[in-house]
Amino acid sequence: MRQTIVRNVAELPTYGYGPRSGPWWGAMGFMALEGMGFAIAVGAYLYLYAVNPTWPIGASPPDLWPGTAEVALYLLSIIPNEYTNRVAHRQDLAKVRICLVVMAAIGIALLVLRGFEFAHLNTRWDNSAYGSIVWLILGLHTTHLATDVGDTVVLAVLMFTRHAKPRRFSDVTDNVFYWNFVVLAWLPLYVLLDWVPRL
Amino acid sequence: MSMAAEPNELRDDVLNGLRLSRQLEKVWRTPSGLVGALMSVDHKVVGRRYILTAFAFLLLGGILAILMRVQLAGPEKTFLSADKYNQIFTMHGSTMMFLFAVPVMEAFAVYLVPLMVGTRNIAFPRLNAFSYWMFLFGGCFLWISFALNVGPDVGWFAYVPLSSLQYTPTKRPDVWAQMITFTEVAALAVSVEIVVTVFKLRAPGMTLDRIPLFVWAMLVTSFLVMFAMPSVMVASTSLILDRLVNTRFYDSSSGGHPLLWQHLFWFFGHPEVYIIFIPGTGMVSAILATFARRPVIGYPVVILSLIATGFLSFGLWVHHMFVTGLPQLGAGLFTASSMLIAVPSGLQIFCWLATLWDGRPVYRTPLLFVIGFIVIFVLGGLSGVMVASVPIDTQVHDTYFVVAHFHYVLIGGAVFPLVGAVYYWFPKIAGRMLSERLGRWNFWLAFIGFNVAFFPMHILGLIGMPRRVYTYTADMDWAHLNLLSSGGALIFALSFALLLVNVIYSLRKGELAGDNPWNASTLEWATSSPPPPQNFDRIPVVKHRDPLWADNESLPVVAGLSAERREVLLTSLAEAEPQIREASPEPSIWPLLAAIATTVFFIGSIFTPWAVLWGTPPMAVTLIGWFWPAGSKEDEE
Repeated sequence: MRQTIVRNVAELPTYGYGPRSGPWWGAMGFMALEGMGFAIAVGAYLYLYAVNPTWPIGASPPDLWPGTAEVALYLLSIIPNEYTNRVAHRQDLAKVRICLVVMAAIGIALLVLRGFEFAHLNTRWDNSAYGSIVWLILGLHTTHLATDVGDTVVLAVLMFTRHAKPRRFSDVTDNVFYWNFVVLAWLPLYVLLDWVPRL
Repeated sequence: MSMAAEPNELRDDVLNGLRLSRQLEKVWRTPSGLVGALMSVDHKVVGRRYILTAFAFLLLGGILAILMRVQLAGPEKTFLSADKYNQIFTMHGSTMMFLFAVPVMEAFAVYLVPLMVGTRNIAFPRLNAFSYWMFLFGGCFLWISFALNVGPDVGWFAYVPLSSLQYTPTKRPDVWAQMITFTEVAALAVSVEIVVTVFKLRAPGMTLDRIPLFVWAMLVTSFLVMFAMPSVMVASTSLILDRLVNTRFYDSSSGGHPLLWQHLFWFFGHPEVYIIFIPGTGMVSAILATFARRPVIGYPVVILSLIATGFLSFGLWVHHMFVTGLPQLGAGLFTASSMLIAVPSGLQIFCWLATLWDGRPVYRTPLLFVIGFIVIFVLGGLSGVMVASVPIDTQVHDTYFVVAHFHYVLIGGAVFPLVGAVYYWFPKIAGRMLSERLGRWNFWLAFIGFNVAFFPMHILGLIGMPRRVYTYTADMDWAHLNLLSSGGALIFALSFALLLVNVIYSLRKGELAGDNPWNASTLEWATSSPPPPQNFDRIPVVKHRDPLWADNESLPVVAGLSAERREVLLTSLAEAEPQIREASPEPSIWPLLAAIATTVFFIGSIFTPWAVLWGTPPMAVTLIGWFWPAGSKEDEE
């Protein structure tokens, strides 16, 4: 088939941010399906809550302080996270490096807090269906937290190497985007895990 | 953020003709040798492997079906033991649903969608390779387990409490649950790739209302996968946790509830039917337009029907649970929604009939299969409306009536379009035509064989034969119809043998296809058959919904993409305006290594929970290796 060139795209950029880029949509897709996973797990919790006359089953509700401390730290983390987004858009390598280190440290702190939260659930996974679903939901969210922290650490290391090229700033903004999802997912789960058993 | 091309970079606007083709081939080809093959990230290579593997599982699942039909051909046969029979019907259902039907549809999308939207590779090609390996390993895991007599035997939906440790204290249900995890990971990955490919990699000018109907169908299917499969992953994970670390999700003595399983499973399981059927409708639309020699009538109606079907498919799951003692309001609601979904499906059927009626149909093999689809699917739809009603469902629940119904829907709705699609796209994939003569035999054997095999099951169900029984006594009076059904099954199997013969014969001796043997209208036919590694020498520009019918002499294209490294053109979501020249990943061995590490993790965790601990570091290492820039030029921009 004969070809007729009707347009030249040589002047287009080779990477972009947000909805212009492919990886952003990929992250969006994974957030959608992982969000669905959370929704299903929440549905399972509420189903078990509805069919059982007592809730929690054979345990006292989780201690409030670890989950609440996490909420505070998660919400505060949005500030450095958003700042990371800005300096990445400005392609300010020095500041991006500092921000990624800070975000990795926050993530690790949250993982430590998460350890306390497991210890203060006041139930084991094999105690009752209540214990099982609580551990499942907390485990599911911890997987997301750990994955994002791992990703942040790798990205932070990468930005200290010779691979810290302009297109990596777009990766940093995608990482920022995903962190917001981890934060956002935690808020309803916190209400569910820590407050529904107190109703 | 603007990073214009380096001035000295070789681009496709300075090369022409054969020199351009050769240069792009060099950049985009899969490396040679075994290691090269294992590194491939070409969507056509991965897609072909996906299709072949899925058909291999069809063959295996089909052999199981024949074994069951031999066992049931007469009363009190001892060809299969009860235990073997349980494994076989479970393996048949699980293989057909999880290893054939869903993967084969995604496989066609992996091969065709990038070509149909006019790009060089799928979005996230390494994830695509990873997805294939996960599918392959998951399928092999199930079948090797079966060969070792650890094949699951609790039915393809593995209801608790039967599948709980107390009632099935073997490894069989664990194998089933973990196979689910493998295949869902694979399917979810492909879905995200398809969504991003359709959203961002469309050729310039391919606005939303110019997307081919098959691509629309795969887009809707991908969203269905993304929102349905997490449910079965939660289900299979909780089941395996109950069995391995004593969680109590389904243990009614500790607050668990067996019906939770049914809700979680069918919240996935019902959309699953549409995950299989909607791609079939996309294939039908593509084939019908080409052979009716006119665009499908009611393009927006078809798309809105697909989307409506997608939404409604999430509101029907409870009709699988009508006999569990639902509140009346629930039963009423789900009856209504189950009947409602017949409306968008019906609209599509009328659009197709109108297209046939108004067109100048050319009755080649692909069109025959489409007509077979319409007949069989409508019959399946009618019995579907019947079982949507609670009183009828209560009567025929778990009988052969249901077996007949879902085979009419699934084989009619998906396998007939699929075989039509094989005849239709084989020339593109292999470069040669399938034999038309064998094709006609193939169709008539399939059509007659299918109906002889499955129609009698309606009657068997109505006269009381339950599904999943390994034998029956002579005084039940089920023998004649069962024998008839078994005979039909053999004829149906023969039709697939003929398809295999046709494929093998035509690969060597088939007539050369050329670029566009059917004179079709969509972009995959604008390149050679089989397409070169780069798909298109230059990215097409789309000005019409049926670009090759609007102008079959010349193809408007864009230039300016790199000819010395892998680059694809990203366009805007709605208008498909060019936005970015984005690098596309090079071949890599890491997706395979990541899949191996994940396989060790998944299989290990069946035997010890500690696998979650020691299995994680290798996965992390392979993922870092995967994403770490390898120092190639496109990574360093």
